[in-house]
Amino acid sequence: MAQATLPVPADGTEAPGHDAHGHADTNTGVTHTKLAMWVFLSSECIFFGAFISTYLLYRGRSAKGSLTPAEVYNIPFTSATSFILLMSSLTMVLALAAIQRGDHRRFRVWIIATALFGVTFIGGQIYEFTEFYREGLALKSSVFGSSFFVLTGLHGLHVSVGIMWLLTLWGLSMQNRLHVQNAESVEIAGLYWHFVDIVWIVIFTVIYLIP
Amino acid sequence: MTTTTARAKVPATVAPPRGLLWRPKANSGFWSWWTTVDHKKIGILYGGLAMVFFLVAGIEALLIRLQLAGPNGTVLTASQYNTLFTMHGTTMVFLVGMPLATAFGNYLIPLQIGARDVAFPRLNMFGFWVFALGGVFLYSGFFLGGAPNGGWFGYTPLTSTPLTGGALPGHGPDFWAVGLVMLGIGSVTSGLNFVVTILNMRAPGMTLMRMPVFVWMMLVVAFLTVFAMPAVTAALIMVFFDRNFSTNFFVAAAGGDPLLYQHLFWLFGHPEVYILILPGMGIVSETLPVFARKPLFGRSVVIFSGIAIGFLGWGVWAHHMFATGLGPVAQTAFGLSTMLIAIPTGVKIFNWMGTVWGGSVKLNSPMLFSLGFIAMFTIGGLSGVTHSIVPADTQQTDTYYVVAHFHYVLFGGLVFAIFGGFYYWWPKVFGRLLDDRLGKVNFWLMLIGFNLTFFPMHISGLQGQPRRTYTYPADMGWDTMNFIATVGAFVIALSVLVFLINVFKTARNGEVAGADPWDGRTLEWSIPSPAPEYNFAEIPQIHSADDFWHRKYTEDEEGRLVRLPAGGSDDGATHGDGHGIHLPSPSYFPLILALGLPILGYAAVFKLPWLAVPGVIVLLFGVYAWAIEPGTAED
Amino acid sequence: MTHPKKRIAAPVLCAGLAILLAACSNNNQQNSLEPKGPEAQKIDDLFIPILGVAIVIGVLVLGVTVYMAIRFRARPGRPDNPKQVHGHTVLEISWTIIPALILAVVAVPTVATIWDLAERPKGPDVLRVEVTGKQWWWEFQLPKQPLVPQATSAKYNAESPKGLVTTATELHIPVGVKVDVALNSGDMIHSFWVPELSGKKDVMPARTNRLTLEASKPGTFLGACAEYCGLSHADMRFRVIAEPMAKWKAWLAKISGPPAQPYEQGNEIYNLTTNTYKCTNCHIFNDAQAPNYGPNLTHFADRSTFAGGAYETNRKNLLRWVRDAPSMVAMASKDCRYPDTPKTICVGMPSFVKDTPRGEKKMTPEDAAKIVDFLLGEK
Repeated sequence: MAQATLPVPADGTEAPGHDAHGHADTNTGVTHTKLAMWVFLSSECIFFGAFISTYLLYRGRSAKGSLTPAEVYNIPFTSATSFILLMSSLTMVLALAAIQRGDHRRFRVWIIATALFGVTFIGGQIYEFTEFYREGLALKSSVFGSSFFVLTGLHGLHVSVGIMWLLTLWGLSMQNRLHVQNAESVEIAGLYWHFVDIVWIVIFTVIYLIP
Repeated sequence: MTTTTARAKVPATVAPPRGLLWRPKANSGFWSWWTTVDHKKIGILYGGLAMVFFLVAGIEALLIRLQLAGPNGTVLTASQYNTLFTMHGTTMVFLVGMPLATAFGNYLIPLQIGARDVAFPRLNMFGFWVFALGGVFLYSGFFLGGAPNGGWFGYTPLTSTPLTGGALPGHGPDFWAVGLVMLGIGSVTSGLNFVVTILNMRAPGMTLMRMPVFVWMMLVVAFLTVFAMPAVTAALIMVFFDRNFSTNFFVAAAGGDPLLYQHLFWLFGHPEVYILILPGMGIVSETLPVFARKPLFGRSVVIFSGIAIGFLGWGVWAHHMFATGLGPVAQTAFGLSTMLIAIPTGVKIFNWMGTVWGGSVKLNSPMLFSLGFIAMFTIGGLSGVTHSIVPADTQQTDTYYVVAHFHYVLFGGLVFAIFGGFYYWWPKVFGRLLDDRLGKVNFWLMLIGFNLTFFPMHISGLQGQPRRTYTYPADMGWDTMNFIATVGAFVIALSVLVFLINVFKTARNGEVAGADPWDGRTLEWSIPSPAPEYNFAEIPQIHSADDFWHRKYTEDEEGRLVRLPAGGSDDGATHGDGHGIHLPSPSYFPLILALGLPILGYAAVFKLPWLAVPGVIVLLFGVYAWAIEPGTAED
Repeated sequence: MTHPKKRIAAPVLCAGLAILLAACSNNNQQNSLEPKGPEAQKIDDLFIPILGVAIVIGVLVLGVTVYMAIRFRARPGRPDNPKQVHGHTVLEISWTIIPALILAVVAVPTVATIWDLAERPKGPDVLRVEVTGKQWWWEFQLPKQPLVPQATSAKYNAESPKGLVTTATELHIPVGVKVDVALNSGDMIHSFWVPELSGKKDVMPARTNRLTLEASKPGTFLGACAEYCGLSHADMRFRVIAEPMAKWKAWLAKISGPPAQPYEQGNEIYNLTTNTYKCTNCHIFNDAQAPNYGPNLTHFADRSTFAGGAYETNRKNLLRWVRDAPSMVAMASKDCRYPDTPKTICVGMPSFVKDTPRGEKKMTPEDAAKIVDFLLGEK
């Protein structure tokens, strides 16, 4: 579903008109794509909400003797990767500001930095998963394992889609296909990226930090 | 506002790459239907395919009724019966009810709000292809190791126990879970599209309160779809993981809780009921005023009741679970909230009656179906109130009493409204009226057949006949009721046959409809029939609710209708020929992108990682080609 | 001109009444409209008046709809310009408030009954029964000693069933005694439902639900599983037999005792059931207390029905059943005779004449007759 709202730099069919100052010519004043992204993200809230509630419901219900969260979590490590993901939101903001100014050089720097932060986070998650697995926590080992891996895995999938999206924007920019008029497609990718970050903040607080 | 202005102002920033990414040109003919992005054609596609599934689900229902016509039936085996009731329910909800509503929404929303298309034409077509391929995917289970057989509700642990656990034979639940996730993607995209279209693309002057009630109801439905689908998607992902990757979400022995599934499912499932019925309410809110020649009684109240139903619909899900041992606190809370939701529903019924009261009622086919809707839906609503009596519900739930109840709501409600909608909007869509005499035969047969089928189920249910049982013993006293129900089912089938005959007959020599055959109230009647590709030659300026009506009529001091002198009044349609209006070109990529999903689906069901590779490649190709294909076909 | 409303209302009312009468008069022993115990009676007393109100409202709405269609029908010669009424505030408020008031009135007894029925029976004269739903039959466990002052709940525990006697398909209860039913699931979700004694309650894995039953008079009350639980859900039935206290005590004493016939290592029936056909993988023949994967058959001949209540216990049915049960009730078991097969894949009895695992013996009619003789002797 996320793919469907990819920016459409070349195609006017799905971008409503803008006047010279970038105001959308719609009833709400918000462009179609941006409004769609907001509604889509609120739908995603329910999706993640369902998995987070499941995790919380199953806390402490794993069979006796199976690994507990306290035994596997490496809070300092995950804090570090979470911080990196958080920083990527900052670089995303900088990237958007750059493209809105028409500063393509800086845009490329910030967007690639955002993607790299994302990749680092995913790398951290892969390391974390393998580490947990080595310690004996698998999808099938307990309700903790099931709900943890499926929730964080689906989040990781969302981050990965976001990284591809960012890299696509970077690639378009490198080919000089991204212009100031397309700044909104960067803004929309940014909305998605910030959302994925916020979801991680919730996951990190609720799942890692609250004992 | 419109795509025209969009194209004029946004420069094409990419030179179309040669060879690979051309856009199809054909706007007519067989192949144009595969790539169209015209909301009207997509609406027809949705409607046509949903009717095919309607016939399939009808045949399944007839087989079920044949099996139950008498005690100890031997038409079907237990296994076949379980598959058929699962597929009947799944089909009617996901492949008939929702797509039919989407069909009407697609065709009518832009016309009723004065727009030239929906906000995302290609996404619209993508939604259709996901629905089509999702439906084919679900049904392919019949040939590929087991059609779904765990019930349309798919309770765990029955559905989530791995294949080797022997709970359900075959790959049925895998096809069901993956297919429903797929269909969910399709419905969310069309929901998003409707939300944005309705909020953003209304003609100048069409404030929210001036919108036709049908559009309002579709807005509520679109929001419900967007928020309800993710809950069930999450649940289905858990089911799929439990079955295939040995997770423990619903494994009681490992601390999992099968009841969690029910909460997630009904958190989707109850809003889903309103997703199915609100479009029907929208349709009759359009037809009743036209054929009573009176405005909708208490229009804003009808709208706010619809919104209230949309909100309250989130607070009643556990009334599907009164027998699960929720405890008296939850039973009380959900019993009361269920009673509460009856109030806005009742208000709507009374307002519809207020609309007809004192009118000049034309008893033609669309009006008969609309009146039938009021009557049948009322019965379903009242039996629904008896479910909110929690102790009584513990006798009724999972019996034929419930089967009777929700068929009165969904068949007596939605299907009657949909057929009314067919007769009402057919001339706008195809330019020819359906035959009214055959329409009346269709209505009376359907009304009689429907009541014969489902009314006796109230009784056999209260007399203890449980649902989802492939047979029943001879000495239970349910024989007569079941036999009547079977006869009724065939009468319904006959009525649908009459409808099909009507369609084929009038396709050739039906009466040609003008722009406004019913003296309609809403904007779609201001343009020629069938609607031209560009909808409105000029985007109308809206001054009031039922704007088109007020171009034709005014009221005298007694409040009676006075026709305005012709000229300034009727069809604005004849202005202009639409020359110079640019519409989005057709595109291959909605279909290609959608094709990636069933490929991934089969990879998931049969655990074939190598098959996921082409699936992902097709998806990626679809996404990127979609994003960078040229804006219009090359000339 | 006759009043169209009257013309239609009378037949509708008559038909409704006739149907209601018909509904009440069905003595199928599974009729929720024929309550035979206080719990079912409370539900019925709540439901019937509300149903009456609903029928009146329904007939009114339908009547008015039909009336309007006829009364306001457009006819040639009648002016086609009705008064344009856009709404009526007082009317709209009243048809919001009146249903709300009706519902408020309905809500009071509803909530009271919810709490009333949720209360667990207390005191010395309560019979506690453990019920376990399995695909596709019901296991019942009762305390071995006649009645019944048990301080704590005898929670079902497959490992230590001491103190409980195990039977299947038929639950005997004493008349006039509150039965506190604890519901457990052996596999899927089922739903325990004896319409004439109480509403239904789901049988959930991972939790114990409770239900109270009481029969006011002796009789047999039919029950059924009311939650779809797979292939043979339709055949998952049972019966509750209410008897006077003395008779019930005698029954309990009998089925608590040892098996009626010798069953030990070395005798022929032991060999047949344990070694040749491996019935004991799932069944138990010599211990009235033990629950197992399949029904405990220790006092099998005491039960008037078997196979989830689908068949009468007699020689003809049993001869067919022991050899080829899946031909009588749809089941999906193939490899149950391998000792290392996980029992969870055995849903129901395997056929001993078809689908026989390689190297295993098909059941001969002679062997079947011996097993049936034995079963019918297990009084």
